[in-house]
Amino acid sequence: MTVRVDKLVRMAQQIADNNSFTPDVDVVAAKVADHIQRFWDPRMKQQIIDYARSGEAQLTQVVARAIEQIRVTT
Amino acid sequence: MASWKRAVPEHDYGTPEVVSSTFVTLTIDGADVTVPEGTSVMRAAAINGVAIPKLCASEDLEAFGSCRLCLVQIEGRKGFPASCTTEVAEGMVVTTHNPDIAALRRNVMELYISDHPLDCLTCSANGDCELQDMAGAVGLREVRYGYDGANHLDDQADRSGAYFDYDPSKCIVCSRCVRACEEVQGTFALTVDGRGFVSRIAASQDEEFADSECVSCGACVKACPTATLMEKSVIEMGQPENATITTCAYCGVGCSFRAEMQGDQLVRMVPNRDGHANHGHSCVKGRFAFGYSNHPDRITTPMIRETIHEPWKKVDWDTAIKFTANRLKGIQKKFGRRSIGGITSSRCTNEETYLVQKLIRAGFNNNNVDTCARVCHSPTGYGLKTTIGESAGTQAFDSVMKSDAIMVIGSNPTDAHPVFASQMKRRLRQGARLIVLDPRQIDLVDSPHTRADHHLQLRPGTNVAVINALAHAVVDAGLEDSEFIAQRCEDDAFTIWREFIMREENSPEYLEPFTGVPADEIRAAAVTFASEANGAIYYGLGVTEHSQGSTMVMGIANLAMLTGNIGREGVGVNPMRGQNNVQGACDMGSFPHELPGYRHLSDTASRSLFEQEWGVNLDPEPGYRIPNMFDAAVEGSFKALYIQGEDVAQSDPDTQHVTKALSSMECVIVQDLFLNETAKFAHVFLPGSSFLEKDGTFTNAERRISPVRKVMESRSGKADWEITVALSNAMGYPMDYTHPSQIMDEIARLTPTFTGVSYELLEKLGSIQWPCNDAAPEGTPTMHVDEFVRGKGYFAPTPFVETSERSTRKYPLLLTTGRILSQYNVGAQTRRTANMRYHDEDVLEMHPADAETRGIKDGDWVGIKSRAGETVMRAVLSTRVQPGVVYTTFHHPQSGANVVTTDNSDWATNCPEYKVTAVEAYPVSQPSEWQRNFERFTDEQIELLKAAPASHKSS
Repeated sequence: MTVRVDKLVRMAQQIADNNSFTPDVDVVAAKVADHIQRFWDPRMKQQIIDYARSGEAQLTQVVARAIEQIRVTT
Repeated sequence: MASWKRAVPEHDYGTPEVVSSTFVTLTIDGADVTVPEGTSVMRAAAINGVAIPKLCASEDLEAFGSCRLCLVQIEGRKGFPASCTTEVAEGMVVTTHNPDIAALRRNVMELYISDHPLDCLTCSANGDCELQDMAGAVGLREVRYGYDGANHLDDQADRSGAYFDYDPSKCIVCSRCVRACEEVQGTFALTVDGRGFVSRIAASQDEEFADSECVSCGACVKACPTATLMEKSVIEMGQPENATITTCAYCGVGCSFRAEMQGDQLVRMVPNRDGHANHGHSCVKGRFAFGYSNHPDRITTPMIRETIHEPWKKVDWDTAIKFTANRLKGIQKKFGRRSIGGITSSRCTNEETYLVQKLIRAGFNNNNVDTCARVCHSPTGYGLKTTIGESAGTQAFDSVMKSDAIMVIGSNPTDAHPVFASQMKRRLRQGARLIVLDPRQIDLVDSPHTRADHHLQLRPGTNVAVINALAHAVVDAGLEDSEFIAQRCEDDAFTIWREFIMREENSPEYLEPFTGVPADEIRAAAVTFASEANGAIYYGLGVTEHSQGSTMVMGIANLAMLTGNIGREGVGVNPMRGQNNVQGACDMGSFPHELPGYRHLSDTASRSLFEQEWGVNLDPEPGYRIPNMFDAAVEGSFKALYIQGEDVAQSDPDTQHVTKALSSMECVIVQDLFLNETAKFAHVFLPGSSFLEKDGTFTNAERRISPVRKVMESRSGKADWEITVALSNAMGYPMDYTHPSQIMDEIARLTPTFTGVSYELLEKLGSIQWPCNDAAPEGTPTMHVDEFVRGKGYFAPTPFVETSERSTRKYPLLLTTGRILSQYNVGAQTRRTANMRYHDEDVLEMHPADAETRGIKDGDWVGIKSRAGETVMRAVLSTRVQPGVVYTTFHHPQSGANVVTTDNSDWATNCPEYKVTAVEAYPVSQPSEWQRNFERFTDEQIELLKAAPASHKSS
């Protein structure tokens, strides 16, 4: 994992932790995905998507599920 | 455009304006006069064109009645009452001038003049002396007492102050200065020492002004009717001959000032009595610290260079702009359109920040635009937008005068927003309750006639725990405003939130071990806040600059909604913005994810509106935030940055990462007044203009748009907006503005909250609080009155997540950073003024207990080390900080405060966690390695600047 991807994973986990007011993983994952979708540059989105799909990703369940929902439009 | 020139001096009706719905009619010198009940006879007369002589009276101060010059006669009343202390009454018949009154006034004046030097021709107040004016007004022709008796004519002047002198030989002891210090500023530094003839004005314990508690706000100088307290600039230059109303370029209070001029020379800045944000008050920065605008360090010629280790070349504007555009276009061609970006300035005008974001979105064709609000109030944008629907404070400053309970969270108003702090202290002296949440004992906690009812001295990093505990306690005490919540807020969200907040994990008792605040104190503070009729919350960077900054802002909004404290005067959620135009820079679409007016790029309708106006297709994806830009630069994919009036190499966290990023780029363009720390890493320097040299607008912390007016020609030849226009045209995206008013007109066309804003309306009203549109044609002092901007208020659950910056065995102390009164942000302006006398270095405040265990004494050099870096400062031992916490400021680059701060940031916005860094402190005998490298690099860059040839023209 590059330093940059490490930061992105840390940021995604922070977003998850700060939305974990409910034990429902789907609810939290949806909030994380929505946040990343709205605020991250597409290159950052693509980097974390690529990492998640790399087969070497070390992500919590909620972050992994969130990344599955992210789309890069341009 | 209308002329902004005003006559000098401004009007003074003698006593403060009274607001009343009941009016009284009386007769003054035979004419019927109708004024609000409670108005003084003096003011009633002045409003109707009758000038009653006065010396101790001023519109800025409560009537005092000591000079006896304003005596009048009133039918049916005995003697000669003072018109300043006598209120009007229905049917009252007043005579202001007759021979008996004139004789009395002459006698009074005679006594004053018998103990006053007769050096009018050489006096600094000549031409602006009320004593001289009044001697003329009463017809004084002789002084029968002579000048040989006891007098004060040989009293020695105190010239110790940085900006004004005190000459007691000219003092008439009217006490206007003392009352200004008390009533206007609230510092109580001055007093009348002694009684009768020997009474004199004294600062603190009869000390020199420089050694006293005086904060150099200038209120006493403005109040003085003679030359006793006089600006050094007036003593040196003489009286100004015209004045222009403009807006201060320092903090987010946005004070209105009269720039008083001799030709194109600025003589002094005098706070404007009609200023809607400051009502005639000022602080040491806005009032006096304007000398930077004419400092020899100003760079006024564009400069370019290929690499940062070669000398600068001074070039003409065309060459510099062409060089810059070619570099940017070349980089985009080689590395892609998203490989470059820019940063808009919170110190520049709305029009200028708007243009930079427009250049980036339309000219660079990407959204890599950000602003310094990233590192200060970006969580405010996120948190308030989420909960109440608008990224701005809810109130006008004046609202505080109707507050009954004031909660100040992570804000130090007396230092960072001093003019508003004076207003807040005025309300506190009237009896409002005060709750302070701060790890440090800020001045408001215990100062003259102001004391906090509750100081919740929490551990750094536990804001959210405290706000949750307060909300929990409010619900526990049955003090939630159920009617407000039912009518104004989303039901489902409130139900979810209420279940969340009432969990044991949010109780004051459970959270006490985390916060360090006794549960009983939290519960008492919650009851205080929720029980008063009007509760207002004011917060600063101590809220936002945390890993949970956005969560905390939402927690604050939750508490305000829970207690029904939004939507009327006296209440609300009030972010105290740091720099002069942080609010405006955010309003103008400086964030990478949103267009002007806080409209997200993914909103097709909004995007289309801009695409149509700008004639381009816009990228619907957000761009990089500032820290993302730096990471990408270090990684090698982000290559060029256009920085308008910011100094990221000093202000942003983890300095070594920032400078590595700047060094990694192929083209760094800095537009500024000085060769700041960032400019030392630049390839292009575009010399900007000070706020005195251009037209435009600033928007302050209360959403108030105020005019900035040009009072002198730009020293570089271009206002900042003109530089951006030139660069855009050279980049191939045409801009043809010829005046900032045209830019504002475009903003108004595109932004629903600015629809009604224009320079014409600003001229008419003086200032405008947005939203200003058909629904609110003259602006909106209080927001969310009938409903929230988002419709229903949203209670956002705010789980407390501990920061990863925790004290450890290696780094057992928590560093928190902040600001002081006399310096501003990175100090680029204030370090180039006499304010250096007040704060010439950043120091490390630490508790004596922490110092003792480390063998550190007051004044020792100490090393401060975190996982990010190491620096050295002097230690100042202080019990203002609690054990385990250390504090410093970042106003001096060589201090390296941000060498120590880390890349930890807010989860939602990446606002850095300046307020919590785990560190160790230890005695040292030499500067840190970073400081030694910094000194070498700075010396090199200064030499490269000196080596710049006088001029250079290239193709």
